[in-house]
Amino acid sequence: MLRGKAFKFEDNISTDDITPGRLFHLRSNLPELAKHVLEDVAPSFGSMVKPGDFIAAGVNFGLGSSREHAAIVLKMAGVEAILAKSIARIFFRNAVNVGLPVLICDTDKINDGDELEIDLVGSIVKNLTNGTKLPIGEFPEVMLRILEEGGLIPYIKKHGDFES
Amino acid sequence: MGKTLAEKILSENSGSDAHAGDIIIARVDLAFLQDGTGPLALRQLEESGLEQIANPERVVLFLDHAAPSPSLELANDHIILRQFARKSGAQLYDVGEGVCHQLVVESYANPGEVIIGADSHTVTAGALGAFATGMGSTDVAIAIALGRTWLRVPESFNVAVSGGFTKGVYAKDLALHLIGRLGADGATYKSLEFSGEAIANMSMTGRFTLANMAVEAGAKTGLFPTDEVTRAYLESRGRSALFRSLRPDPDAKYERAIAIDASSLEPMVSKPHAVDNIALARELTGTKIAQVFIGTCTNGRLDDLAVAAAILSGKRCHPKTRLLVAPASREVLREAISAGYIQTLLEAGAVLLPPGCGPCVGVHQGVLGDGEACLSTANRNFRGRMGNPEAHIYLGSPATAAASAIAGEITDPRELV
Repeated sequence: MLRGKAFKFEDNISTDDITPGRLFHLRSNLPELAKHVLEDVAPSFGSMVKPGDFIAAGVNFGLGSSREHAAIVLKMAGVEAILAKSIARIFFRNAVNVGLPVLICDTDKINDGDELEIDLVGSIVKNLTNGTKLPIGEFPEVMLRILEEGGLIPYIKKHGDFES
Repeated sequence: MGKTLAEKILSENSGSDAHAGDIIIARVDLAFLQDGTGPLALRQLEESGLEQIANPERVVLFLDHAAPSPSLELANDHIILRQFARKSGAQLYDVGEGVCHQLVVESYANPGEVIIGADSHTVTAGALGAFATGMGSTDVAIAIALGRTWLRVPESFNVAVSGGFTKGVYAKDLALHLIGRLGADGATYKSLEFSGEAIANMSMTGRFTLANMAVEAGAKTGLFPTDEVTRAYLESRGRSALFRSLRPDPDAKYERAIAIDASSLEPMVSKPHAVDNIALARELTGTKIAQVFIGTCTNGRLDDLAVAAAILSGKRCHPKTRLLVAPASREVLREAISAGYIQTLLEAGAVLLPPGCGPCVGVHQGVLGDGEACLSTANRNFRGRMGNPEAHIYLGSPATAAASAIAGEITDPRELV
């Protein structure tokens, strides 16, 4: 069971929004890059987010570049899970690969600052602030297995290969 | 039941009867990294403990995004990639060789292959009938070691393009029209499969542009059937033996059919800050442009430079507009010099950049100032993309870019071609 506060974001947050190209030189210095997470869209986010908090976004979160650094710095900043109405394909894989849960649900029922409780086993998000219960969309099994191991690297370390 | 191109390629690759929705373990025929995603991939590879490289001949590293390096941090990242190539036997294309996606189609991609690259525009090679898709550093790192990855077989959209393009209208305009129609997430997880008369008559240059932008509608891949145009291209690259005929089955099942009449298209422009925010170029007349950029994996090829040179021949850029040109590869640059295009562009006032990504990613070579607008032939105009969140990026064809460079404002190129 995960519990934390939601930070609300708009539709189409790109990986350029999360980790802008002007900070390209910080990609091998992830702690420094993480200080700038999402700063062009929400300048105060990096200083306000606490470990265990969530992002609640609209459609197509993480579109654009394949830079996995975007998923990593969100996790480093303390984000426990990303909830969105839909997630761009490459970001979806990247988040799972670095052990960051990405959950599809109706985020219209979540406002900025709402307290959420996420039951991953029961596939339900409870909005403790307004009392709504939001079902989480289906998750491909292969991704669930990777996520359960904490990401693709721990998964490969344990299993040595993909299970066919 | 008939199969789409995606289902056919992935069935053959995995030795299974693959249908949309299935999860397969695919053999990876080519895996590549660039300098923005490569260092992380190599750190992940080391962390994984996997010591083998499945096929170093088919693992390629490209130094293109920050090339030559503008900072000591990136120069050090480049050292990591060069050292790995030396140690592992992987192939390396150093600064100035060109954009990864152009070098992949020039030297590696073939019909029926599964290609994964740690760059979202890996989809470009779909123009040659390769199932090519972008992934992150960790996925590609594991594929480099194992030679395999997991894939969900995508549902497909059939994009049927009839008719012929009118003068001054290009594949880029079709790509922008299509993305505007689908929306930036309209084809998420899907395979865009192109068909129809306008596609059959399209040059490889046009096909590369269109495949390249499939990801801007969220697509996993953008696939073209192979034909005589594909065969001629592979022959010109010394890979005629690797040509093979690939077509979807006539009874293939598509999730969605999209019909476009190419003859009805006009020059299109994407407005800030989303690729699907489209308008007709003529509707934006009067929009002042401080910088025009012609290049990238979308539109930095020889034919693109030819179109721009023809429009700029004997003319000058507007005094308030800078024109930057970055050929997509060293070979494109060499051929553009031989053909006289570079001379023409320089005489018109262009600044020539080295083959590579140039200013597209906001790292170097043309970062925009506050409030400035750029008309670029690239594929993305997100806020901050070219290094400054206070700048505005418009996307268009090389013809629209060249015409706009002369006028100093967004211009429908049909006035000049």
